Amino acid sequence: MTSPAASSAIRTNGLTRTFGAFTAVDHVTFDVRPGEVFGFLGANGAGKTTAIRMLTGLLTPSSGEAWVAGHDVYRESEQIKRDIGYMSQRFSLYDDLTVGENIRLYGGIYDLSRAQIRDRTERILSRLGLSHTAHDAVGALPLGWKQKLALSVALLHEPRIVFLDEPTSGVDPITRRQFWELIYEAAHAGTTVLVTTHYMDEAEYCDRISIMVSGRIEALGSPAELKRDAGASSIDEVFVRLVRPELAGGGGPAK
Amino acid sequence: MSAVSAVRGFARRTSALARAEVLHVVRDKASLVQIIVMPLIQLLVLSNVATFAVKRSPAYFVDFDHSATSRGIVTRFAASDLFDIVGQSASPGAANEAMLRGDATIVVTIPHDFERALTTDKSAPIGLDVNAEKGSAAGIVQSYAAQILTNYSAELGRDIVPTRRNVADGAASEIQPPPQPGAGHIDVRLRSWYNQTLDYKHYMVPGILVALVTMIGTLLTAQNIAREKEMGTLEQLNVTPIGKAEFITAKLLPFWVLGMIDLMLGLVVARLVFGVPMRGSLVLLFASAGLYLVVALAIGLWISTLVETQQQAMFLSFFVIMIYLLMSGLLTPIDSMPHWVQVASLVNPVRHFVSISRAILVKGAGFAEIANPLATLGIFAVGFLTLAIRQYRKRAV
Amino acid sequence: MSALFGLLRKETYHILRDRRTLFVLIFMPIVQVILFGFSIRTDVRDVRMVIVDPTPDATTLEIRDRFAAGGIFRILGVSPTASPLDHLFRTDTAQVALIFEPRFGEHFAAGDPAQLLVITDATEPNTGASRQLYVNAVIQQYESERGRRAGTVQIIPQVRSRFNPTRESTNLFVPGLMAMVLNIIAALMTALSLTREKETGTMEALLVSPLRPWQIIVGKVTPYLGIGFISVLAVLGVAKLVFQVPMEGSLALLLAEGTLFILVALSLGILISARTSSQRVALLAAMMGTMLPTQMLSGFIFPLESMPRPLQWISIVVPARWFVFIARGIMLKGVGLVYLWRETLVLAAMTLLLLVASARSFKVRLQ
Repeated sequence: MTSPAASSAIRTNGLTRTFGAFTAVDHVTFDVRPGEVFGFLGANGAGKTTAIRMLTGLLTPSSGEAWVAGHDVYRESEQIKRDIGYMSQRFSLYDDLTVGENIRLYGGIYDLSRAQIRDRTERILSRLGLSHTAHDAVGALPLGWKQKLALSVALLHEPRIVFLDEPTSGVDPITRRQFWELIYEAAHAGTTVLVTTHYMDEAEYCDRISIMVSGRIEALGSPAELKRDAGASSIDEVFVRLVRPELAGGGGPAK
Repeated sequence: MSAVSAVRGFARRTSALARAEVLHVVRDKASLVQIIVMPLIQLLVLSNVATFAVKRSPAYFVDFDHSATSRGIVTRFAASDLFDIVGQSASPGAANEAMLRGDATIVVTIPHDFERALTTDKSAPIGLDVNAEKGSAAGIVQSYAAQILTNYSAELGRDIVPTRRNVADGAASEIQPPPQPGAGHIDVRLRSWYNQTLDYKHYMVPGILVALVTMIGTLLTAQNIAREKEMGTLEQLNVTPIGKAEFITAKLLPFWVLGMIDLMLGLVVARLVFGVPMRGSLVLLFASAGLYLVVALAIGLWISTLVETQQQAMFLSFFVIMIYLLMSGLLTPIDSMPHWVQVASLVNPVRHFVSISRAILVKGAGFAEIANPLATLGIFAVGFLTLAIRQYRKRAV
Repeated sequence: MSALFGLLRKETYHILRDRRTLFVLIFMPIVQVILFGFSIRTDVRDVRMVIVDPTPDATTLEIRDRFAAGGIFRILGVSPTASPLDHLFRTDTAQVALIFEPRFGEHFAAGDPAQLLVITDATEPNTGASRQLYVNAVIQQYESERGRRAGTVQIIPQVRSRFNPTRESTNLFVPGLMAMVLNIIAALMTALSLTREKETGTMEALLVSPLRPWQIIVGKVTPYLGIGFISVLAVLGVAKLVFQVPMEGSLALLLAEGTLFILVALSLGILISARTSSQRVALLAAMMGTMLPTQMLSGFIFPLESMPRPLQWISIVVPARWFVFIARGIMLKGVGLVYLWRETLVLAAMTLLLLVASARSFKVRLQ
């Protein structure tokens, strides 16, 4: 690859998005290394979802630069889509289609051959222990199974990068653990994972994390680094110090 | 990438999505009702109801003359199946009551000396009070009444002229010139083309079919895409490499097929239940319908880009469809509309398809005769589709 | 009581914020009135006529001139044979054709019957019949002047149009349009609004609040009563301004009856929402239960007397049918309650029935 962002899976530089007078994403600069599990943290409304929408080609930035999988988000947004997977908190799989039909749909959209779709369907379902559900409507499945399935479908076409937007919302702790096992497997296989969450304990599972506050990145680094710099014992504490310094016991925001 | 693999890719992605779309529709009970049950009910009821024919109008007679001639008038009206005598008296008050209550549509008032005036002056007035509450029907009722009276006067003329010769009053009353030598009469033969029985169904049912097909094409498409927007599933598709053209084709194709199926079912009902003629080529009709559906679908797609919720899609679609339908010559002929409406209707795709449908079904027109409106539809199809595709964005700005 | 006002306020904000729906709700009735008024016409004018005259002579020329001069017909052209007719009629270029038989003038002058074939496009029956009558009138006029029938008897009709002197079709649509608008606003929107609360689960929150069930319903439904009223006034206003639709009777009575009709529609909306749990289904039910019957069976466009008996009976349970009758009576005939009490009673009874039915349904839900 000849683009300057070759060494990063994702790279942004001063990425900004405004809606009228409101700045949702404020000159955000960070990069994600290939194969990394990157946690994108922040409170609700901090700008995480907007940032992801810009990186996945759903929203045009107001200013700044960004490259995803080596492609410029302004000019090559459609190429980006071939190299990424996406799982949103609102929706991933169609409730009124069966498991098999959902997989076939996304397989077809991502240009997989019928043989490939067949093989990967089998692989996914047996890995998840859901082989018996191939003909069940997704809507009938419990939430935890749905989420794991959605993640697998996002990875169906073996993308280089996968974006996960609050994938474990509303799911029980055991399922969450299983979910993260899947994430690690994907990362081990070389997939870069960018995951947003507001569960601070999940931050510990990531290689590096960033914390967004009011559209700006106020912290960036590995969980260990951030805890050390803030003199905190948990990422939760780091987060509180950043967002509500007056609530933290002594010391201002770590920088 | 070679052209072949590009086409194959297009086909694969489009068919994957199209198949999912079909499954969605088929599994959604509410959709099925909208697509099959409602149009069917509308077709059945509306075809029976949509008529402006005026038969058996209730008529009330106020007879001040009580002569053979005046009684003759009543008999003529009674004998016609266009009128029903609901009352007769010498009281204008009672007649007025009947009108106010809505019991009589026309009140015929025969004045004093009616017969005498006819015999002496050769002309006499007669009062026709027409209840115009129903608007244009009044005109028809009046015409029918006038026709009966004209025929009656012709009869009377043949009777009275001989009678006049016998009246030797010597007075210098109007002397009618003797019939001019060689003045014949005109034998008028009337032919009603395309609709001998003057059945309103022949006129309305093709139009109703067009309306129903339009509903499927525009309303359902708009609703469907708006629902995906509302639920967030649209975003999931926008994030995939599926192209705009592929997405649009996959979304519109199922509804195109459904529209054609509905048209077919509708035609079967029209033929078997209502006896609507099918004088022209059905193949030509379906080809035109296919083209028209593309326009309707494109409009639905365009509407979906303007709204955020299903409810808005529904309302806006109704609004747009209603405007189109009213100005299409569906209910009443375009020729009767004011000039500016007629001109405006030229940019109305529904108008063209309505006229094509009627031309093919009722008049047995062939390709040459519908070439004009068909070409216009073609231009619209290209135009609206381009507009809709440009309007639809995978990425928000 | 202040809780009720709070709910009313929230509901009103909600409505005002949905600009697109509001736009349609306000503009649709106005546009409908205008379009209906201008497009639903049955005037016969500028009738396109083609003449087939194999042997033109003084007689046929004179007859042709009569038609050209009348102002009703427009002669497109004259052809010696009937061969172009099929094409002309099928493309809707010609609407009437006059076919003189060969040597028409000779026959006429000789005192023999001279045949004239009049072809009219009867696809639209009434227009076809009207055109025939106009043609007949011209011919008869000619005959009475030139032919053997000179000096026959004439019965001259003196026509008076009662209740609608201008015979404008608009006058008869306006009541129906009001009914349509009110159906949408009162029945459809209400049903949607109530089921939306159910769908999002906020209905339960409302039910456990200090608000009594009837207060919830009143709170949610009253804004639509207001909007409905405004829409009716808008429709009447436009109708009056643009089309000079008459208001022979009492406006107050009309508005009162309108309010009664709104109540019927609201009750229907409430009943629908009590029986359905999703917006999509509520929408469909409201469409099939109010809009469609109003369009088809209320008599607002298509006359009730012309419908087949079974449909006439069904129309008895369509509230719009009664309202259209009442509104026409008030607006066009100027009659009052003396004539309309029966129909008013029917509407009142319908409201009562529907309210009882929905109250029953709601109780069941709450158990």
